[in-house]
Amino acid sequence: MEGNAIEVDIKVPNKTRYLSLIGRIGEDIARELERYSGDRETLAYHLNLVLTEAMVNAIKHAGPKEPEKLVRIVITIRLDDLTIRVYDDGQGFDINSIPPPNFEELEDRGRGIFLIRSLMDSVSYRKNCKENILEMKKKLV
Amino acid sequence: MNLEQETRNDIVILYVKEERLDAHNSVDLKAAVQKLFEEGKKNVLVDLKEVRFIDSSGLGALVSGFKNAISHQGNLKLSSLQSQVKSMFELTRLHRVFEIFPSAPEAVENFQ
Repeated sequence: MEGNAIEVDIKVPNKTRYLSLIGRIGEDIARELERYSGDRETLAYHLNLVLTEAMVNAIKHAGPKEPEKLVRIVITIRLDDLTIRVYDDGQGFDINSIPPPNFEELEDRGRGIFLIRSLMDSVSYRKNCKENILEMKKKLV
Repeated sequence: MNLEQETRNDIVILYVKEERLDAHNSVDLKAAVQKLFEEGKKNVLVDLKEVRFIDSSGLGALVSGFKNAISHQGNLKLSSLQSQVKSMFELTRLHRVFEIFPSAPEAVENFQ
């Protein structure tokens, strides 16, 4: 994985049983990066986690158009820039309206986007003409 | 989900025998803990020795168990967290909520 850009484009059924498969791909990428000087096992965990959280998010927001739908995940590495895009065709949501978790109150839910935001440098969620795209970027230094 | 259950001194220990505790399997853990408190058990220890990955759903299932313990006047504690798993508790400040022990025997001692 030197110099040249890499793009991994995956489609998996929108079922939680595929979370470990997607997470493992993130871990493998972290371990194979040649230029990364940080802690590889921590990066592996973080990529596993953001991919898992993003895919769960896509499953939750998936549209009802077809019973057996796919989640598309594109991972791009160009020099020191890692970009993950996760596509869903559901209603979508306003990512900026999601508050950080209230640490004083014990909620069962609401930590997924917080974790993604904590571990990636930038996160956006936008709609194009046919789908929503959750885009997460991280500088690999 | 693969869970092993053991009772020691009125403490039910649930060993999570999975590498991942995530949105795919955490509902099973949540249900198992809920069932224990509904059956009248007061002290539950969840041992995460084999769990090397936890996501927000896994954390949520444990939070749910903790709240269940409170509502049944019981206790839920955790043991044997791997370092990466522990860092997720720290990131979400949940290490301040749970009592976390290095091993199941040490946690069992603490329930006395």
